[in-house]
Amino acid sequence: MTGELLDIRGLHVVYRTLESDVYAINGLDLSVSEGETLGLVGETGAGKTTTALSILKLLPDRVGFITKGEITLDGVELTKVSEADMQMIRGNTVSMIFQDPMSSLNPVIPVGKQVEEVLTLHRRELSKREIDEQVDSIFGMVGLPPSRKHEYPHQFSGGMKQRIVIAIALSCQPKLLLADEPTTALDVTIQAQVLDMMRDLKEKLRTSMILITHDLGVVAELCDRVAIMYAGEIIEMGSIDDLYGTGDKHPYTEGLFGSLPSLTGDERRLHPIDGLMPDPTSLPQGCKFYERCPKRTGHCEAEAPALNVSGTHSVRCRLFAG
Amino acid sequence: MARFVFRRLLSMIPVIIGISFIIFSILALTPGDPAQIILGDGATPEAISELREQMGLNDFFIVRYIRYIAGAVRGDFGLSYRTQLPVLNELLARLPNTLVLALFGVGCAAMVGVPIGIISAVKQYTLIDNATRVFAMVMTAIPAFWLGLMLMLAFALKLRLVPAIGADTWEGFILPSVTLAIGNMAVMIRMTRSTMLEVIREDYIRTALAKGVSRRKVILRHALANALLPIVTTIGINFGLQMGGAMICETVFSIPGLGTLIITSVRQKDIPMVMASVIFVALTISLVTLAMDLIYSFFDPRVRMQNFRKGGARA
Repeated sequence: MTGELLDIRGLHVVYRTLESDVYAINGLDLSVSEGETLGLVGETGAGKTTTALSILKLLPDRVGFITKGEITLDGVELTKVSEADMQMIRGNTVSMIFQDPMSSLNPVIPVGKQVEEVLTLHRRELSKREIDEQVDSIFGMVGLPPSRKHEYPHQFSGGMKQRIVIAIALSCQPKLLLADEPTTALDVTIQAQVLDMMRDLKEKLRTSMILITHDLGVVAELCDRVAIMYAGEIIEMGSIDDLYGTGDKHPYTEGLFGSLPSLTGDERRLHPIDGLMPDPTSLPQGCKFYERCPKRTGHCEAEAPALNVSGTHSVRCRLFAG
Repeated sequence: MARFVFRRLLSMIPVIIGISFIIFSILALTPGDPAQIILGDGATPEAISELREQMGLNDFFIVRYIRYIAGAVRGDFGLSYRTQLPVLNELLARLPNTLVLALFGVGCAAMVGVPIGIISAVKQYTLIDNATRVFAMVMTAIPAFWLGLMLMLAFALKLRLVPAIGADTWEGFILPSVTLAIGNMAVMIRMTRSTMLEVIREDYIRTALAKGVSRRKVILRHALANALLPIVTTIGINFGLQMGGAMICETVFSIPGLGTLIITSVRQKDIPMVMASVIFVALTISLVTLAMDLIYSFFDPRVRMQNFRKGGARA
């Protein structure tokens, strides 16, 4: 690991709607080193996608706002960058793979053109011919025959579409790739293929990646580190060993693992976490997991817990203090 | 493509026959004797029955219909009961007026309304958007005859910039075209705005933004092509309707067009004239629909593949 590529400090994001303010991200600290893959895990609404969109500065217009904090990518403080400069960064230094390949491609533009567009935007020095060759080689890289680049998205299957989306994201060899549940919309056999391909390409291109997912299995397979998100903050972060090992974990993380079926155990029931995430329009003052925590104490409700760091492992819970 | 067009043209034949049959039946069933109408109130019963015989009105209904269609396919739509002149001549004489009104009314509306609708969608909930929406709502609510009269009052009578009525000079077409354009424009603005709002929320727009495409290019290159289908439909339908004649507008500005022609002919039970006009309108609308389908397949590869099966993949 050679220094931090991405460094997020104290990020707050608010969605201002007509009825109320939604506090989507509340003091998020996160960093990714060069070449590293970070798994970002959490249930729906925890703020995973919002984190990714904040890095791209593509929060919904006039609704989503970064109210506080800093995002430093490759030495550039993104919150201070103008929209014009941001366009040079998007697709070039950082790119994103979206969740649903079915709707992520423009239905009326041939897929080759959609890949080509990124290159013409960010590789102006290339000639038309060189760009054509690049498109062909990218198609080969993601395992699609270049002869099909003149076809339209509706002529491809879901897995193939996701390969095209990945081709778009990787065509400028970005330093950071944000993969927002890249396999959720695909069926299981295709999932494995796409994940294998992503791992190979990531190693080949030395791209860092934030992999957003619900799937703890995928994380174990692909990631170097894991961050668990809950109600807009990171509640636990560590290496794969820290979280998948037998050591103590945040009660929420325990709960996540408890809701996975085990192949070896003889227990017949899963142990889901009771309750729901707190309402993001009025968050509790203390620990955000208090309501659902099986190990809560009186202090937890009144006072928000600090992040307790020990080595590579950090946990936002009073049980780990001192 | 030629095959597709040919197939579609063939399928128009039953449509036209169906429509003409329905109109023919309705006109045949309504009371009022054409011979009586032609000869006027003072005619003797003998004269009327002689004319009926001469016009073949005593024949069986189906026979009369077949005789009419047989004439029509040879281009003979009969003589107007009112003027005793060939129906086709009258129709063709009025067609240019209606065509000009429809082209300008819908064309200007599209050229102004579509861009305004796009801006309104892109700047949703801003001052521009709100102003546009109010404008579109007011323009939809204003009746054409009132708007026409007001324009006439202002530009023809007060400012004396254009003639108030008549189709003799091209200036005479300005006010009626504007009147039609404003009504159509309101529809275009609302249609374009709502379609664009839908499209710019699509995932592929976010993908394009994440690639680093500028917002302007995203709208023009990625969003517009996807929003065009409903917009083209609206333009086509409005043009088709306008070709059926803009009766109110034609009446207010005394422009002899198809709209007033149909109304007068129906009122006077001028059967050949009504038949010919209705068939003509049906034909125009069918052709406009075909044109729209061809435009669709130009914009949307999915439609293209459906329409022209073989080798539709290439752009």
